[in-house]
Amino acid sequence: MARARWAVLILTIATLVGSGADWTRAEQKKDSCVECHAALEGSLAAPVEAMREDIHRARGFSCADCHGGDPSRDDPLESMDPKKGFLARPSPRAIPALCGRCHSDAEFMKRYNPALRVDQEREYFTSVHGKRLRAGDTRVATCTSCHGAHGIRPAHHPLSPVYSLRVAETCARCHADVAYMKGYRIPSDQYERYKRSVHARALYERQDLSAPTCNDCHGNHGAVPPGVASVAHVCGQCHVRQSTLFQASPHKAAFDVMRLAECVYCHGNHDVPSPTDEMIGTGEKSVCLSCHPPGDVGYQAAERMRAMLDELSRNLERAQAILDRAERAGMEVSRAKFELNEARDALTHARVLIHAFSVKELENVIRPGLEVAQRGYHAGERALAELNYRRKGLAVSLLFILFLAFLLYLKVREIEGTR
Amino acid sequence: MRVELRVEAWRAWLDERLGTEAVREFLRRKEVPIHRHTIWYYFGGMTLFLFVVQVVTGALLLLYYRPSAEAAFESVQFIMTEVEFGWLVRSIHSWSANLMIATLFVHMFSAYFMKAYRPPRELTWVSGALLLLLVLAFGFSGYLLPWNKLAFFATKVGTDIAGDVPLIGRFLLRFLRGGEEVTGATLTRFFGFHVAILPGMMTIVLALHLILVQKHGMSVPPSLEGTSLKRMPFFPNFLLRDLIGWILAIGALAALAALFPWGLGEKADPFAPAPAGIKPEWYFLFMFQTLRLLPAKVGIVEGEVLGVTIFLLGGIFWMLVPFLDKPTSRRRSRLFTGVGVFFVLYIAVMTVWGYLT
Repeated sequence: MARARWAVLILTIATLVGSGADWTRAEQKKDSCVECHAALEGSLAAPVEAMREDIHRARGFSCADCHGGDPSRDDPLESMDPKKGFLARPSPRAIPALCGRCHSDAEFMKRYNPALRVDQEREYFTSVHGKRLRAGDTRVATCTSCHGAHGIRPAHHPLSPVYSLRVAETCARCHADVAYMKGYRIPSDQYERYKRSVHARALYERQDLSAPTCNDCHGNHGAVPPGVASVAHVCGQCHVRQSTLFQASPHKAAFDVMRLAECVYCHGNHDVPSPTDEMIGTGEKSVCLSCHPPGDVGYQAAERMRAMLDELSRNLERAQAILDRAERAGMEVSRAKFELNEARDALTHARVLIHAFSVKELENVIRPGLEVAQRGYHAGERALAELNYRRKGLAVSLLFILFLAFLLYLKVREIEGTR
Repeated sequence: MRVELRVEAWRAWLDERLGTEAVREFLRRKEVPIHRHTIWYYFGGMTLFLFVVQVVTGALLLLYYRPSAEAAFESVQFIMTEVEFGWLVRSIHSWSANLMIATLFVHMFSAYFMKAYRPPRELTWVSGALLLLLVLAFGFSGYLLPWNKLAFFATKVGTDIAGDVPLIGRFLLRFLRGGEEVTGATLTRFFGFHVAILPGMMTIVLALHLILVQKHGMSVPPSLEGTSLKRMPFFPNFLLRDLIGWILAIGALAALAALFPWGLGEKADPFAPAPAGIKPEWYFLFMFQTLRLLPAKVGIVEGEVLGVTIFLLGGIFWMLVPFLDKPTSRRRSRLFTGVGVFFVLYIAVMTVWGYLT
C-alpha cells in the first residue's frame, strides 16, 4: 500500500514538472534515444552532439518527434520498434512531407513562430528540385540538404548554412560539383562566376546583407532559373528605376520580339560586373554593338549618349581637380566643392537614365549637371586667380613694409649718430 | 612764430586739463639699459603689439561673425570667401594669436631667467602670469568659434580635462559647456567669454601690468647689477626700434596670411565620430601629451586627475616664484634657474613628442 502511495506521489511530481514550459519538456522527460546515442561513438553519437545547437531542441522537440519510436522505453527493440512509427533514416522523398508535417501546419507553427511562412513545402514542389524529386530523382536538394538535419539553426543565424553570407556556398556544394551535376545539362561554374560579380563584392567585401545571393534571384524553396520572361522582374525587385525605365523604352518591344532576356543580355547574370560607361557607345566594350550596326539610329544614339556621359565626367573631373588644387593652396572652396555634388548626382542619374535609351531625356539631366560642373570649375579658377592676386599684393606690401622699416632704421641711426 | 605760439597754447590748455606735461616729462626721463640681454626687452612690446592686432582684427571679424551652431561655420566661410579682405583679417587674427602666445612665452621665460621678478617687481610678475592665463583662455575660447570639426572635438577633449580638476571639475565642465555636452550653448558661451568677459578682464590686468612696468622701469639681470651700463632714451630710440619690429611683424603676418591662409575645415557634426589623432593647439600640447602618457590609475588616484592637479600646482608655483626665490641666497637662486630650465625643456620635449605621436 505504501508503495502505491509513493508511486502516486512520484507520478504527481513528474506530471507537475512535465507540464512546465515546452522547451524544458525534452530535458525533463525520459529520452532513451539521447541516453543511448550519447554513450555510443562516431556517426551514431553525432546527432546528439549536433542537436545541442538545434532550434527544434530549443523549442522542446526531440528525436522521436521526427524519427518516431518510443523514447520512454530502454529496450532498443521496443524504443525503435517500427510498429511504433520508428523511422531510422527518412528517405529523401519522404523529407518534405516529414518537415511539412509541422511546417505546413499554420495552426501548429504559430505557437512557435507566428512570423514564419508555412508554404515552404508547397513552394518546394514548384521548384526544379521538387519536381525532379517527385519524378524519382533522389539526388536533388530537399529540406535537409540546405538546412541540415541535426543542428538546424534559424536562417538569420550567422552559422546557418542558409544565412545570406553562406547561401552561395551551400548551393555550390552541389551546383559547383562537376561530377555531381553531370547529367543535368546545366553549367557548374555559377558559383565561381558569382564570386566575381558586383553583387558578391557588395555581399562579402562590404558585408552588405541586402546584396543578392542565389536565393534572392532564384527563390529559395521554389528555386527555379528565371526565364526570359521573368528575369527583368527579378532584377527589378532591387533596380526598380532601371527596370521601370526599360519597360517604357523602345527596347522593351524589340527585346520581346527577339526573345532576349532583358537585363541579362547586356549585364550578364551570375558574374554581373560593375557597370561602366564603356558599356554604352560604339567602343570595343560597348554592348550596343551586338545589335546595332554602324550607322543605324541606335548606333548614333549610343554614340551621342556616350559622348554626353563622357563630357559630364570630364567636366566633373576637371572641376574637382582645380578645386583640389585651390584647396591645397589653402583657399577656402568647400562650398564650391559641396555644390559639385549636384553634378555628381546628375551623372549618377544620367547613368541610370541610360535605360530609357532616349537622347533627349538624357540631355535634360546632363545639361544642368554640366552647368554645375562649369560653375565649380570657374570657382576653382577664381580661387587660383585670387591666390595669385594675394601673392602679388603680398609682394608689393612687403616691399613697402621693408622700405618703411629701412627708413625707421635710418632714423634711429640718425638720432644716435647726432648724440 | 605765430603757429608755434598757437601750438604752445594748445599744449598748455591740454596740460591744464590732462596733465600731459607729466607724461612728456616721464617719457623724456624713461630710459632702457643697454647690455647683451637688451634684445629680450622687445618681446613684451611685441606681445602687446600683437594683442592690439588681435583687438583690431577681432573687432572687424565681429562685423560678420554669427555666434550660433547653425550660422557660425557659414559666417566664417562667408568671411573667408565673400567679404573683401575677410580672408586676410581672419588669417591674420589666427596667425597673430599664435605668434602672440609664442612671443608671450619668450617674454615670460626671458623675464624669468633674468630674474625680473625680484623685489619690487613681484606684482609685475603675478600680473604677467595672470595675463598668460587670460591669453590661454582667449586661445581656447576662440578656437571653437569657427565651429569646425577639429575645434568641436578639441573643445570636447579640453573641457573633459577641465572636468578632472579636483573638487570643482564637475561644476567647471558644466559651466564651460553650458550643459553636459558641447553644443550650440557652448559656442555662444565661448563667444561671450572671448569678446566680452576676457577682454574686460584683460583690460584691467594689462593696464596694471603696464603701469607696474612704467613704475619700476626695466629690470637689469642680477649679473649686471651694480655695473655701470649705457642707457638709451625710451623715446624715441627704443620706441623706434620697437616700431621696426612691429612693422616687420605686420609683414610676417601678411606673408603668413597670404601664403598659408588659416584653414576652415569641415563643419562640426556632433553626431560624427571623433576624427583620429585629435590634438589641441600647440600651446596646450605639452599638457595634453603628459595626460596621455599617464596611466589610467596611479595608486588610487585617476591618472588624468593626478595630471591636472600637478599642472594646477605647477601653475600656482609659477605664479608665486617671486615670493619663493630669495635673491640673497645664491644657492636658491640657482635652484630656481634650474627649475626654469627644466620647465622649458619639459614643455619643448612634450610638445615635440605630442606632435610626433
